[in-house]
Amino acid sequence: MTTDLTRSTAAELADLLTRREVSAREVTQAHLDRTRAVDGPVHAYLHVDEEGALAAAADIDARRAGGEELHALAGVPIAVKDVVVTKGLPTTAGSRILQGWVPPYDATLVTRLRAAGMPILGKTNMDEFAMGSSTEHSAYGPTRNPWDLGRIPGGSGGGSAAAIASFQAPLAIGTDTGGSIRQPAAVTGTVGTKPTYGGVSRYGLIAMASSLDQAGPCTRTVLDAALLHEVIGGHDVMDSTSLTAPVPAVVAAARRAEVTGLRIGIVRELTGEGFQPGVQARFEEAVAHLVDAGAEVVEVSCPSFTSALAAYYLVMPSEVSSNLAKFDAMRYGLRVWPEGVADASAEQVMAATRDAGFGDEVKRRIILGTYALSSGYYDAYYGSAQKVRTLIARDFAAAFEVADVLVSPTSPTTAFAFGEKMSDPLSMYMQDIATIPANLAGVPGMSVPSGLADEDGLPVGFQILAPAMADERLYAVGAALEARLTAAWGGPLLARAQDLTAQSIAPTEALS
Amino acid sequence: MTTTAHDAVLGWEATVTAYEPVMGLEVHVELGTATKMFCGCPTTFGAQPNSQVCPVCLGLPGALPVVNEVAVESAIRIGLALNCEIAPWCRFARKNYFYPDMPKNFQTSQYDEPIAFNGHLDVDLEDGSAYRVEIERAHMEEDTGKSLHVGGATGRIHGATHSLVDYNRAGIPLIEIVTKPMTGAGERAPEIARAYVATLRDLLLGLGVSDVKMEQGSMRCDVNLSLMPRGSAEFGTRSETKNVNSLRSVERAVRFEMTRHAAILSAGGSVVQETRHWHEDTGMTTAGRVKSDAEDYRYFPEPDLVPLAPPAEVVAALRASLPEPPVARRKRLQDAWGYSDLELRDVVNAGLLDLIEQTVAAGASPAAARKWWSGEIARRANAEGTDVASYAGQLGVTPAHVAELEALVTSSRLNDSMARQAWEGVLDGEGSPTAVADARGLQLVADTGALAAAVEKVIAANPEVAEKIRDGKVQAVGALIGQVMKEMRGQADAAAARELILSLLGQA
Repeated sequence: MTTDLTRSTAAELADLLTRREVSAREVTQAHLDRTRAVDGPVHAYLHVDEEGALAAAADIDARRAGGEELHALAGVPIAVKDVVVTKGLPTTAGSRILQGWVPPYDATLVTRLRAAGMPILGKTNMDEFAMGSSTEHSAYGPTRNPWDLGRIPGGSGGGSAAAIASFQAPLAIGTDTGGSIRQPAAVTGTVGTKPTYGGVSRYGLIAMASSLDQAGPCTRTVLDAALLHEVIGGHDVMDSTSLTAPVPAVVAAARRAEVTGLRIGIVRELTGEGFQPGVQARFEEAVAHLVDAGAEVVEVSCPSFTSALAAYYLVMPSEVSSNLAKFDAMRYGLRVWPEGVADASAEQVMAATRDAGFGDEVKRRIILGTYALSSGYYDAYYGSAQKVRTLIARDFAAAFEVADVLVSPTSPTTAFAFGEKMSDPLSMYMQDIATIPANLAGVPGMSVPSGLADEDGLPVGFQILAPAMADERLYAVGAALEARLTAAWGGPLLARAQDLTAQSIAPTEALS
Repeated sequence: MTTTAHDAVLGWEATVTAYEPVMGLEVHVELGTATKMFCGCPTTFGAQPNSQVCPVCLGLPGALPVVNEVAVESAIRIGLALNCEIAPWCRFARKNYFYPDMPKNFQTSQYDEPIAFNGHLDVDLEDGSAYRVEIERAHMEEDTGKSLHVGGATGRIHGATHSLVDYNRAGIPLIEIVTKPMTGAGERAPEIARAYVATLRDLLLGLGVSDVKMEQGSMRCDVNLSLMPRGSAEFGTRSETKNVNSLRSVERAVRFEMTRHAAILSAGGSVVQETRHWHEDTGMTTAGRVKSDAEDYRYFPEPDLVPLAPPAEVVAALRASLPEPPVARRKRLQDAWGYSDLELRDVVNAGLLDLIEQTVAAGASPAAARKWWSGEIARRANAEGTDVASYAGQLGVTPAHVAELEALVTSSRLNDSMARQAWEGVLDGEGSPTAVADARGLQLVADTGALAAAVEKVIAANPEVAEKIRDGKVQAVGALIGQVMKEMRGQADAAAARELILSLLGQA
């Protein structure tokens, strides 16, 4: 076994813990130490809960010593995206407007993590209210990509992806509204799954777009993602949109890693033009590996996907404009008194607080959504976007008639440099071109590492999409691909990332 | 804010001669469910402020609604009772606007897909005619919190130094029942408005879905009113008078708004589309918020809830289990009991229908049942500030007691005056009518010897009266009966005494 516990996968840690070769306290402490060593420059965390994590770990150790039957992942620590509410732990969703707010309740998925005995290391950085593809929109400063500290870690869940890519946590929770789990996974060389909509409870996720949001696992291996998926998945009476069906057999699928006879559909609209050459090359290689493993390849066309981005930027902001109305300074969070107003009304306090508390991207989307839902514009904007959603769902249904899974590059480019797209929101939005259709249709998707782009040596992600409630197919394909690529590389991709502790890191350049 | 200038009004006769009202009523009803619309918080009225709240009804970040199935069932039952169609598939929608007592700054409501629509309610009017109120829709939504403005003179937000918000009410299930515009009501519009709200209240009470207490706000009425010149078919500009919360106020508010609109229109002015506040004390409305076209609630389907699709068999079962509509029930009982319209109205207003029905079922005559329940017990209940049914419940007095009391009279054990004494004993907690009569020694004297002696004594003592009766002035017998009663300390059977006197004086 390795001496550095932070390099172990969650599955390996679970084995060591079960065999009592290590204690949960040791595992947790090792990750906390790693965070102390590297998170200054990486800034994956907004809040680290050393005390709480160690107490939870000690509790697990005591229960294990007492002979209690524990969950397989008991004692394996985890990082949680700051958009997920945690009782007693500050939760800001990356926004100034929630600075200092400590939720009085746990999200359902957090309750499940705690019930499984998984110590929560801390809350990870993100674009404000999960709006962005770079974490540059966090009110608390960006997270940096462990592969290259001058580059973005993806977004919105850049903190969760960077935490696992820099070995500060073996597992993390992400949320994915248009690609916020998968795109950060792609650009950090990690694994991320967006389950079928409704597969994981949204209760306690600070909503961005209710009909699109979905929480899921961020990990370094496909099996780890499956293990975490099983912990957090399943019906929740607190979420009316949560599925009543049992969690798909994702762990079994990840362990079998079997693709023989599986039909892999390459989506014509999600490859080729607009994709960085190194990204395209790694994609084609990955497909070849799957064919070699016994899969068949078919080409499918989903013509409505070309309208996905436009539909997304109507549906999502519409829901945002309503979901974020509750941040009004009346009950919790920031309260700003308007300057120079002696006897401010509630409306004036609301306006001053929202002006000071929300960042530009959040305001942009609230304004867009308010406009799209306005009387006289509703049919043309929100109404048309919903029709596009139906068309996209139909395209998926037709494609899944001829293919068992669909594949594409996760993101059109590798990690870009800080500041590169801040002044051009549209080019930032293009990052999610391949991931958004899955959210609009509610189908599951996964990103697995497929190598480094030749031109910049940065990680590339391979996206797998499956029909709703067939999440296990993602894990079968992902695990099969991972096995072949790891063998070809002679080890995990992340072994090739820079050693952050060895590096003397220059203070911020080009960072706000 | 003090209003010194009152709105001008036109006289009632002039108003109804020149104009025809168009009226729409929106009634909000708080359902009597144990828990709130979208969370498990209790709904008890009058609890400590902010003691019945949770992340969901406080709109905390991350919280999600779950629909209260009992509330949906109540909504469907209300829809069915209002003769509505029930939507086989419908959704909730978000109504977006900012207000401090609304936790999420949107209200989860229904917009273009209400659970119930296209119904009607027939309303009986004083003159015995009926008016059919067409129902546009009945939809589900959640209530807001309650703001208390502190430091101002009026309790309104103007002049207040600060406001307190109680979120106990936030999320209480509401049904909003909206009528179609009522036309052709003419001068009867105020009466129709009142009768509609009263009929609706009874209907909801009969369904058991709400306590419909207007004074506690569990039933709230908004009055939309406009006028058009007689003969015109084009609706005028309407005002919306909010929170008119008693039957009498509904009637007065309609009347006031009609005369106010008429004054404006007859002076050549135009009515401003606005909300109006109703003032119980002055019987007038004052201007509130101006409603402009710019007001835009940006409704869209609630993405946190799945569509509702009540199965046809569930709706059919709810329809089959509906209670008899109050109006039909009253007609049936009035026919069976032979009550006059006035008698029926009195017992309905006193809430005695159920008690009388049970008392009749227990064997009493409808007349006796009405007499006993609306007598002494009603007086005492009123003095206690409660209604007869609750008061009887507290005392443990039942319909069977009344039936028993009445049987004591019909079997000639007690006369009316004794029965009253026995009833008082029952109300004083002395036991059943028979037990009271036994304990108090209440018993008509059946001994004809004692009666005959008393009669002879009274005749001898009143020779002039006896002579009159002998001469045929039979009506004079009353004076002698009274004396016989007195002689026998009230325990005489008056009918037997009368018979005996008349026969002794040759008039039988």
